[in-house]
Amino acid sequence: MKANCWYGKTMLSVEEVPDPQILNQRDAIVKISSTAICGSDLHLYNGLIPTMQRGDILGHEFMGEVVEVGREITNLRIGDRVVVPFPIACGNCFFCKEQMFSLCENSNPNAWMAEKAFGHAAAGIFGYSHLTGGFAGGQAEYARVPFADVGPVKVPDHLSDEQVLFLSDIFPTGYMGAEMCDIQPGDTIAIWGCGPVGQFSIRSAFLLGAERVIAIDEVPERLQMAEQGGAETIDYTKQNVYEALMDKTGGRGPDACIDDVGMEAHAPWPIEAYDRVKQAMMLETDRPHALREAIMCCRNGGTISVIGVYGGFIDKFPMGSVMQRSLTIRTGQAHVQRYMRPLLQLIENGDIDPSFVVTHRMSLDDAPHAYDIFKNKQDNCIKVVLKPDWNANGKNEVIH
Amino acid sequence: MSTNSRTGLPNTSAKRLAKGLGWFSVGLGLAELLAPRAIAGISGVSKERTGLIRLYGLRELAAGIAIFSQKKPTGAMWSRVAGDALDLVSLSVACTSPDAKRGRITFATANVVAVTALDIICAKQLSNGSKQGIHAKGACIVNSTPEEVYQFWRNFQNLPRFMRHVDSVEELGEGRSHWKVKGPAGMEVEWDATIVADVPNEVITWRTLENADVDHAGAVRFERAAGGRGTIIKVNLEYLPVGGVIGSTVAKLFGEEPEQQLDDDLRRFKQVMEVGEVVVSDATLLGSGYMEQRPGRPAAVDELESAEMLPSETATNYPSEGRTMQR
Repeated sequence: MKANCWYGKTMLSVEEVPDPQILNQRDAIVKISSTAICGSDLHLYNGLIPTMQRGDILGHEFMGEVVEVGREITNLRIGDRVVVPFPIACGNCFFCKEQMFSLCENSNPNAWMAEKAFGHAAAGIFGYSHLTGGFAGGQAEYARVPFADVGPVKVPDHLSDEQVLFLSDIFPTGYMGAEMCDIQPGDTIAIWGCGPVGQFSIRSAFLLGAERVIAIDEVPERLQMAEQGGAETIDYTKQNVYEALMDKTGGRGPDACIDDVGMEAHAPWPIEAYDRVKQAMMLETDRPHALREAIMCCRNGGTISVIGVYGGFIDKFPMGSVMQRSLTIRTGQAHVQRYMRPLLQLIENGDIDPSFVVTHRMSLDDAPHAYDIFKNKQDNCIKVVLKPDWNANGKNEVIH
Repeated sequence: MSTNSRTGLPNTSAKRLAKGLGWFSVGLGLAELLAPRAIAGISGVSKERTGLIRLYGLRELAAGIAIFSQKKPTGAMWSRVAGDALDLVSLSVACTSPDAKRGRITFATANVVAVTALDIICAKQLSNGSKQGIHAKGACIVNSTPEEVYQFWRNFQNLPRFMRHVDSVEELGEGRSHWKVKGPAGMEVEWDATIVADVPNEVITWRTLENADVDHAGAVRFERAAGGRGTIIKVNLEYLPVGGVIGSTVAKLFGEEPEQQLDDDLRRFKQVMEVGEVVVSDATLLGSGYMEQRPGRPAAVDELESAEMLPSETATNYPSEGRTMQR
């Protein structure tokens, strides 16, 4: 089969690899119809996540048709159309029983690596380095899906791929980012980052009862998409974010702040230069500008929801501000399995149509080009969907 | 657990004795170096020999420093034994000298002999300690009752399902079992073991029989976790290589990090208990060690055949055959 493989920093190759097989009895094999590039894939692309190995298949947002199931799978049949959640979860351990699927204790066969990096291991993830298990990813024609009786959700035929594909990651992730804010009626929520996850956080915050959402980014098309979702926007290259937020909230600050940016934040140049130097000297692994700013801006007693991905250590973390002002920090990889069915219901009800976020449809063969324009925000690229069954340079589509 | 008392404690006391002898070396060395005439007087040797006594003082000091600078001063202790021999030879030579005071030399010789005995005991204990083998302890928590976990573990034939190096365990009856363990380079080590203690739902301990090539003991304890959140399993293992090729083979089995290996075994144990089989990814088909990782992409059929621990070998009672469709 064809698959998009990682060969080093910004080096990708779409090549022939062996087809996946059933390895565990609760596996299923899925023939992939649509697969997306996630903002967190860019951390791999940029070489910032350790324990990658040459030849690893990338991709953790995918859906398709079940073509083979292991002996233990009774909930799925061959031919079922399913969306696959990015965390791999067994459904049997303490954390799965507590609905904290991204903390599954049994799905990461390389847990020892994660224990060295983080103290404890979290769940396995498709196509996301060896410290999350070393599972082949879904930017391919087929994927092996472990615990297919727990993860994949069947989707009705009347919904298009792009309406349901993002149940695999960015819709639940953006939603959990908003849910962790414990939004009360009348709340004002500030959101750093208007990439795909940020877009879903904006819409989820409104769905959960927020009265105002203020979104922060610099990319014009992303800010425009945020405004289409009902948010007020701040372009941090044109305005001081703290002053703009205090102005909008009468000096009190937003009730909760969501970090939808993570470890590769851009910032006004002196701060970004500082973090880039520290990162290059390995004095910090992550550039946490958005998180620092969110903490300083949040109102007293408010909540900081960190759903953007961090991988290691950060510098100049304003703990004094957190402690002195009774802030609550909540965070985590999305427990996708917990949200897929309720959010599918919202899509079926017509409360939200996630396909708004797609800007590019391309052949899987063009994955290296797709990563390039996504990383460099060229061609107004916000979200790319890759189609394994399209020919290279065939009918790539740009949607504006 | 029973295993630590045999090798662990004597080793500690040997180290303590070595420290005492180290201080003795430093004290005697300083005295010989700074007051060689007084030393000559006490031990009855000729006062002309102050140069030689100062030299021996330096040797004593060096031995003392060596004892304190090494974490486990086996070498330094054996060098002290050699020094004692030299002292004894020197004293017997001194005895033949015309101005020798025989009584005092005999007294000094008796003292050196006593110290030599201590040195030899200490050095031997430390040397035995260097062959003390491999200890590992680990723990995990499983979403099952102590009764379920005990039942599973008590059936030793289940152990190869999650212990990577154990090929098979055959129950011989009356608490005895025969173990086949994979060694490096395709070698196989076998031994017979017997259960020492067996308290249902609480603890099982076992050890190898007297004539085994490997001196192995293990204990597993089961504790109900707080809040009824499953069972905590605590394992202690000890392997004492009896010597020769088999001993060193067993040592190599456990590599540099025996506890890491036990942790991995316990993780697989948890998977077998909670999931029903060992979970594999594309990267861990050949093992989860750092050097064993293969890329996160499907394996070709021939590569799959060389996989070390295919889950199909660990799976149990799956009801029906897999259903597949040509693609």
